[in-house]
Amino acid sequence: MSALDLINPTSGLYRKREPVFPRVVKGRFRQLKWAVMILCLAVYYITPWIRWDRGAYAPDQAVLVDLANRRFFMFNIEIWPQEFYYVAGLLIMAGIGLFLVTSAVGRAWCGYACPQTVWTDLFQHVERWIDGDRNAQLKLNNAPWTAAKLGRRLTKWSIWLVIAMATGGAWIFYFADAPTLASQFVAGDATFVAYATVGVLTATTFIFGGFMREQVCIYMCPWPRIQTAMLDEKSLIVTYRDWRGEPRTQGVKKAAAAGEKVGDCIDCNACVSVCPTGVDIRQGPQLGCINCALCIDACDEVMGKLNRPRGLIDYLNLDDEKHERAGGAARPILKTLLRPRTLIYFAIWCSIGLAMLFTLGERARLTIDSAQDRNPVVVTMSDGQVRNGWTIKMRNMEARPRSVELTMAGLPQGRMWTDAMDRKDAARSVRLNLAADATTRLHLYVAAPAGPAGETPFALIARPLDATPGTKDGREAARDIKFIRQ
Amino acid sequence: MTDHSKRVDEATGTNLVGHEWDGIEELDTPLPRWWVYIFAATVVFAAGYVVAYPSFPDVAGGTGWSSRGQLEEALQAQTAARAPVATAIAATPIDQLAANPQLMRSAIEGGRAAFKVNCVQCHGSGAAGSKGYPNLNDDDWLWGGDITSIHTTLVHGIRSPGVDETRFSQMPAFADILSKGQISALVNHVRAISGQGKPSAAGAQLFAENCASCHGPEGKGMREQGAPNLTDGIWLYGGDRASLTQTISKARYGVMPHWATRLDAATVKMLAAYVHSLGGGEANPTPAPADTAAAASGESNVSS
Ligand code: SF4
Ligand code: SF4
Repeated sequence: MSALDLINPTSGLYRKREPVFPRVVKGRFRQLKWAVMILCLAVYYITPWIRWDRGAYAPDQAVLVDLANRRFFMFNIEIWPQEFYYVAGLLIMAGIGLFLVTSAVGRAWCGYACPQTVWTDLFQHVERWIDGDRNAQLKLNNAPWTAAKLGRRLTKWSIWLVIAMATGGAWIFYFADAPTLASQFVAGDATFVAYATVGVLTATTFIFGGFMREQVCIYMCPWPRIQTAMLDEKSLIVTYRDWRGEPRTQGVKKAAAAGEKVGDCIDCNACVSVCPTGVDIRQGPQLGCINCALCIDACDEVMGKLNRPRGLIDYLNLDDEKHERAGGAARPILKTLLRPRTLIYFAIWCSIGLAMLFTLGERARLTIDSAQDRNPVVVTMSDGQVRNGWTIKMRNMEARPRSVELTMAGLPQGRMWTDAMDRKDAARSVRLNLAADATTRLHLYVAAPAGPAGETPFALIARPLDATPGTKDGREAARDIKFIRQ
Repeated sequence: MTDHSKRVDEATGTNLVGHEWDGIEELDTPLPRWWVYIFAATVVFAAGYVVAYPSFPDVAGGTGWSSRGQLEEALQAQTAARAPVATAIAATPIDQLAANPQLMRSAIEGGRAAFKVNCVQCHGSGAAGSKGYPNLNDDDWLWGGDITSIHTTLVHGIRSPGVDETRFSQMPAFADILSKGQISALVNHVRAISGQGKPSAAGAQLFAENCASCHGPEGKGMREQGAPNLTDGIWLYGGDRASLTQTISKARYGVMPHWATRLDAATVKMLAAYVHSLGGGEANPTPAPADTAAAASGESNVSS
C-alpha cells in the first residue's frame, strides 16, 4: 500500500459515494412526515416572533435566551441562572423521552423529527420541483454541463441558499429581541457573533441538507449507534417480511405457471427508489435505514395495485417477526406500544414534568442571601458595642420594582444599618427599594452590646410592602444568620 | 496486508481486517471519499500550523505568536482599559469622589486591591489591625475618619521621617516627669473615665495638669493632635493597667509611611476610598450639597 492509494479512485481504501435520487411517494407515512415537518419548521421559524407582554421591566418576546442579562424567558416562565435545575430537569425529561420513544417506536426521531431529516426532506422537495422526479434527476446528473443544466443547478442552489440563510438567521432571534435584531442585521449593525452564527448555520444547512444528506446519518452522526443499541425485541423497526415476500420474482405469472413458488415481492425496486438514504430494506434492518417508513408507503402502493394485503414492508418488532416466521398471525401494533416498559417510562416522564410545573408555580420570586464578613468577624466600636457585617444579596425576580422592609427577628438589642446609611439611624428594620428583575447588593451592619463570646442566632426577614393582599405577592423571604461575639 | 484480509464477512460481504476480540472481528469498511479528503486536508493544515506557530522548543513560529506575548498584550489592554478610570479618579478632588457613585465604586475596588499589596503588612488583610496598628473597620479615628482626613493621612503619613507635612505629635514619656505613684493614679483615672474602674481624685487632678491639653479635659481626645479618645471602648495599645502604665511611662510613637511618593495619586485616592468604605467612615465636615449627598449613597437604593 502506498500513500497514493488514498487518492486513487479505484483503491478499495475508500468508498465512492452512490448518488441517491429518491422518488416521490404518497401514503400515510409520507403524510405524517409532512405534518411533522411543517410543525417542526413552523415552530422553529415562528417562535422568536411571538410577542408576550411582561410590562416595562422585561422583554416582550415570548421565548428568549437572554445570555447578556443571564435570563431565560419562556412565555410566562422566567428562569434565572440560580434556577438552572429547571433546565437540568428538562434535559432529564429529554433523556427519559428518548428511552420512551426508542423503546416504543425505535428510531422515530431519525425518521421524522431530526433536523437533518427535516431539512434534507425540504431540500429534496425543492430539488424535485426544479429538476423533476428521480428519473429526470438521474438524467440531469449524468448529462454534460450545458447552459441549461447550469441554470437549473444555480436556481436550485439559490433556493437552497435562501432556505439555509433563513434557517441560520432564525437561530439568532432566540437570543435577542427579534424585530430589533432583524433590522440591525439588515443594516449591518448587528454584532460580529450574530453574523458568524448565521454564516456557520447557513453553511452547515446548505452543505448538510443539499450535499451531505445520508452521509451525515451514516458516517457522521453518533445517534444511529446510540439508538440502535437501545432497541429491544419490542421496539418497532421498519422490516421487510421476507417470509412473505420471498422468493421475489419479476415474472410472477410465468413463474406461477411454471409451478414455482412465488413470494409477494415483485422486485419492482419501488422501496429502494424512494429511500432517502439509498437503502434496500429487503436486506434486513441496517444502520443506514433511518426508519422514515417511506418504503412502507411505496410498497403498500404496489401491493394495493396487485390486490395483495398491505404491509409487505411494515413497522414490526423482533418478537412479532419471530412469531410471524413461525406462522403466527400479525399482531396489532397497539400492543407493542402499550406495555409495562413504555408505560413506566411515560409515567416517570410525566411525573418529572408535573413536579417541575408544580415547583415552578411555587418557587420564590423574592430571595435573600447573605455572606458574613469573615475578616474581621467582630469589630469593637468606640461606644463599646460590637459590630458584625454581612454582604446581602436580595433577588427580586419579578419584572417590577419592589419595596420591602428588612427586619430582624431575634437579637433584641441589635440594631442594623446599611452601607448607605449612618449608624445613628440604625434601627430594627430598614426599608429597601429593589430594582425590577435584578439583584440588589448591600452591606448590612448589626451592632449589639458586647457580651460573652458566642453566637446568637437570629433571622433577617424581607417583607414586601407593596403586596396585594391575599396573593402570593406578600410572601416573605427569610435568612437565618448568627451574630458573633468574641 | 496479511492473509486475513482475504477472508470475507458473510453477513455484509466486507473484507475482514483480521483483528478479533472475543469472537468479534473488525470489518475492513472503507471510509467515504470525502472523509479521506478531510483527513488529507488536516495533514496539510498541520504542516502549515507547525510552520506558523511555535511547535518546537525555542523555535518561534512564522507568525511570531507566543502565549507569553498574548498574555502581555492582554495585560496591556487591561491597563489601557483601566487608564481612563484611573485618570478620572486622579482628576477628581477627594471630597468630590463620592458624588460620582460609579467612580467611587471603582475607587473602592481599586483600593481593595492596592490595600492587599501595600497595607496588609501592618493593618492585616481584613484591615482589622493589631496592637499598635489601628483597626480601620471601626469608627474610632486618631486623625479623622472623613475621606479627606484619611486621604491626608495616607498622603503624608504619620510621623513619617523627613516629611514636613506629615501628621506629627509626640506624647511625653511621663516616667521622667511623674513618680510611679502619680502614674498609677493617672492610670486609675483613665480607667475610670473609660468605665473600667473607680474614680481617683488624685488622678483627675494629675490628668488636668498634664494630659488635658492634648486629650481634652474629659479625655475625649483631640484629632488635630492625633490624641486618642480615652473614654471609648477602643485601645490601640491596650486599656488594661499594665498597657496603660507602659503607655504613660514610656509614651508611644507609631509611624505610618507617607504614600505620596510611593504610589500615584489615583492609587492613594483609591486607598482612601477603600478605607473609608470599611464601615467606620465619617461624613465630610463640610457637607456637600444635599443632592450629591443622596447620590453618594451609591446605586443601592436604600431609603433608610
Ligand atoms: S416495493 Fe415491495 S414489491 Fe417492490 S421491490 Fe420493494 S418490497 Fe418488493
Ligand atoms: S429503508 Fe425505508 S424506512 Fe429505511 S430509510 Fe429507506 S425508506 Fe426509510
